[in-house]
Amino acid sequence: MTAPSTVALTVNDRAYEKPVDPRTTLADFLRQELGLTGTHVGCEHGACGACTVLLDGQSVRACLMFAVQASGHAVTTVEGLAHPDGSLSPLQAAFREHHGLQCGFCTPGMLMTLTELLRDNPTATEAEVRDTLSGNLCRCTGYAGIVAAALDVLARLAPDVKGR
Amino acid sequence: MGMKAIGARVQRTEDPALLSGKGRYLDDIALPGMLHAAFLRSPLAHGVIRSIDAAPALEMPGVHAVLTAKDLPEMLRSTRLPVMGSSPQQTSVMTPYALAPEEVCYVGEPVAIVIADSRYLAEDAAALIAVDYDELPAVANCRDAVQAGAPRTHNGNSSNKATNFKAIIGDAAAAFASAPHVFRQDMWQHRGCGHSIECRGAIAEHDTLRGGLTLWTSTQIPHIAKHVLCDLLAMDSESVRVIAPDVGGGFGPKAVFYPEELVVAVVAIRLGRPVKWIEDRREHFLTAVQERDQYWDVEIAVNGEGRILGVRGSMLHDGGAYLPWEFSLPYIAAVTMPGPYLLPAYDLDVTVAYTNLPPASAIRGSGRPQAVFAMERLLDRVARELDIDRAELRRRNFVQPAQMPYPTGLTYRDGRAVVYDSGDYPTTQSMALELANYGNFAQRQAEARAQGRHIGIGIANYVEGCGVGPYEGVSIKVLDNGKINLRSGATPTGQGHKTMLAQICAETLNVEIEDVIVTLGDTNAIAMGVGTFASRIAANAGPSALGAAQTVKAKILALASRLLETPEQDLVLDKGRVEVTRGNRQGMSLGELARRAQGSPGVSLHRGDTPGLEHTSYFTPAQATWCNGTHVVEVEVDIATGGVTLLDYVVAHDCGTVINPLIVDGQIQGGVAHGIGNALLEWMAFDPNGQPLTTNFGEYLLPSSTVVPKVRIAHLETPSPVNPLGAKGAGEGGTIPAAAAIVSAIEHALVPFEARLNMAPLTPETIIKSLRQSPNYKGALRRACAE
Repeated sequence: MTAPSTVALTVNDRAYEKPVDPRTTLADFLRQELGLTGTHVGCEHGACGACTVLLDGQSVRACLMFAVQASGHAVTTVEGLAHPDGSLSPLQAAFREHHGLQCGFCTPGMLMTLTELLRDNPTATEAEVRDTLSGNLCRCTGYAGIVAAALDVLARLAPDVKGR
Repeated sequence: MGMKAIGARVQRTEDPALLSGKGRYLDDIALPGMLHAAFLRSPLAHGVIRSIDAAPALEMPGVHAVLTAKDLPEMLRSTRLPVMGSSPQQTSVMTPYALAPEEVCYVGEPVAIVIADSRYLAEDAAALIAVDYDELPAVANCRDAVQAGAPRTHNGNSSNKATNFKAIIGDAAAAFASAPHVFRQDMWQHRGCGHSIECRGAIAEHDTLRGGLTLWTSTQIPHIAKHVLCDLLAMDSESVRVIAPDVGGGFGPKAVFYPEELVVAVVAIRLGRPVKWIEDRREHFLTAVQERDQYWDVEIAVNGEGRILGVRGSMLHDGGAYLPWEFSLPYIAAVTMPGPYLLPAYDLDVTVAYTNLPPASAIRGSGRPQAVFAMERLLDRVARELDIDRAELRRRNFVQPAQMPYPTGLTYRDGRAVVYDSGDYPTTQSMALELANYGNFAQRQAEARAQGRHIGIGIANYVEGCGVGPYEGVSIKVLDNGKINLRSGATPTGQGHKTMLAQICAETLNVEIEDVIVTLGDTNAIAMGVGTFASRIAANAGPSALGAAQTVKAKILALASRLLETPEQDLVLDKGRVEVTRGNRQGMSLGELARRAQGSPGVSLHRGDTPGLEHTSYFTPAQATWCNGTHVVEVEVDIATGGVTLLDYVVAHDCGTVINPLIVDGQIQGGVAHGIGNALLEWMAFDPNGQPLTTNFGEYLLPSSTVVPKVRIAHLETPSPVNPLGAKGAGEGGTIPAAAAIVSAIEHALVPFEARLNMAPLTPETIIKSLRQSPNYKGALRRACAE
């Protein structure tokens, strides 16, 4: 085993500093060292997107990064999405309303990918939503509920945007 | 009066936790002192282990144990894993050992387990184990396997044929002898994997204080897993508990008890520490069961109007190296062939072959997609040859509603006659056609062709034997705080069973759905259970929930009547209370009643009372129930690339009573996505030596959000007479006819090229190969490229 390095980062606005084996992935670090098990590991080769988190606001695959690479950065995981009182965010509530999840395993990655999209492209069309989601695999839902949830939130964000 | 929960579009109670990262999947569980496992797997599709040197691995810091077959208890060295379930003609089949003692029969078969402080270290150590193999010839295809002189999948077997059986209705020879038209076709559907996004995994803990073993496993069948553990570890059933936590998708592959689950338990007992094994995606590609490889060579006899006189031929099923569910899968395929049609004569000769590929077992649809593909492709052929509209041809052959219940003359895998219990097949199809605007498709197609676009429409019908027994149970109990606890062996893998069962309970007891606390997937929660597969939970656990709730309701009212000195007809259950409808007497809360029902210490219960307000009901269906549906799909084919775009997808579907439309629609939409993968994308490639060539999601393509359209769904509800709830099954109907419908649509789009397409998946490469055989193709391609 390589000598441990230290990783210092914030996760969901909370600061952590921990020794870590340099080969530890960010996903394993979040799950095993910080106990934030909402970030899921589905393929470990960056294809399924279940482990998607935001690094300084940009979506990344936590299975393709080492924890040490996240040092000095701010990470947001699915645990950071709900309101402080625990109530669901509009996107989370829309997932529930539109049946955007079944087993729920890919759901955290879906939510993180869409969180970024809703922030960066509040006028996204259905085609853009589907294109953005194409890096997140879901075996249960057939995506329709997920797309509907995203479009619902987009419509509420910008009700005057036409031509969607 | 009373809350209406059954049939309501209720949001799922499961969701808030899963949406906030508070789900508890297998890998989210961490126990104090837990160690981690990695398996060393066979790199060969067929070989004999000469020696294993584990010393370098054992010497590595952080490694606690390495076990090979010879380190296992004697019982596990001499006993193969049992079959999960079997078809009526049960025979002896090959199943795997816990760890291969000598012979390995597919790439990925577990040979040794390494236990270390972390998965990282366990994998490092596994790489240090030196195994000396004698490589043996492998057979990587069932058509090769049944040839004379083929290498044996298993040493010592006299042939690769696992079994041969027939499915027969009437006199096919006579039907064919007098038939005016006979058309013959061979067909192939290729194997793929289930690919739940959560892979498999298991954690075992041996509690030395009580001598008990707990296995957490990502499974569809916790009670079956418990039976296997008890048998193979010689433990009594009181000492073994199996828990399925939140499961990240099942789709069939998690309805198998695997060697890894057993070996992890053995190691936890041996080391006295909890042990976790989490499968990675590559292992899932290598070792989770796969399905679909079936080669059909069948012919259909019809009269001049296209009415079916008979079907006969053969089917060859690839069983892979082992048959964990025995022959149930090819058996289901064989008896599903008649579909919703009147089939007076049928003679199918089925051969099941072993190959040196991963074991074959049920994946969403379980043999039915292949049978439906074979029948629907035959019907399309008849329609083409006799120049009859495809929908009209099907209409002429449907079993009619007035003929229900309709026995096909076959025996189902539950041992009972195949009897279609209910359904209206003509109406289901016409609903789908109407929703899909089938009537004016010819016009749309002509317009598209004028623009150089190749669009087509496909139709496929199916029936599915679902809701098979033997039973599923539900236990309902009124808690001291007035909430209701519901427990069942019905283990969800994303289907929303907690919400569905809570709805039935809530409606019967007239309480809020949120006040029904549901415990599933724990063998300690209910004595017996079967598991989640074959679209059987709504039709088995649903009626159990209804029965248990009705009995508890009767107990509540009887007790309240006595305590309130009021006749039962003047009592009503309302929002967790029993209220008195006449007079001015105060009612009582369910919690208060539950406490009174438990009695007072030292005081005899009222004569005739049983303690508590609880009841367990095990519903046992007399036979399978048969759901049905029609898929109509519109596609566009790019003749330059072979790319297929799904323009519209319609499903009309009859699963009997719809308990929650939100959930049923979701099951259909998700099932269609799986079928789209089978039709267009999912290709599990092996080289001629049985080496898998597609072991990641870059090489093996799952349908993504840009491929799967929103499915437009119409429901017909003909309640099943098989159970008091009227429920059938909804889990697989989205998948079963999808490949048949999509391939039909592609063929229809390519009519100008007379493409003949009888396999799935249809990759762009296959489509282009087919197009190149047409004399019209070059000219059309030139015109398309010029535009």
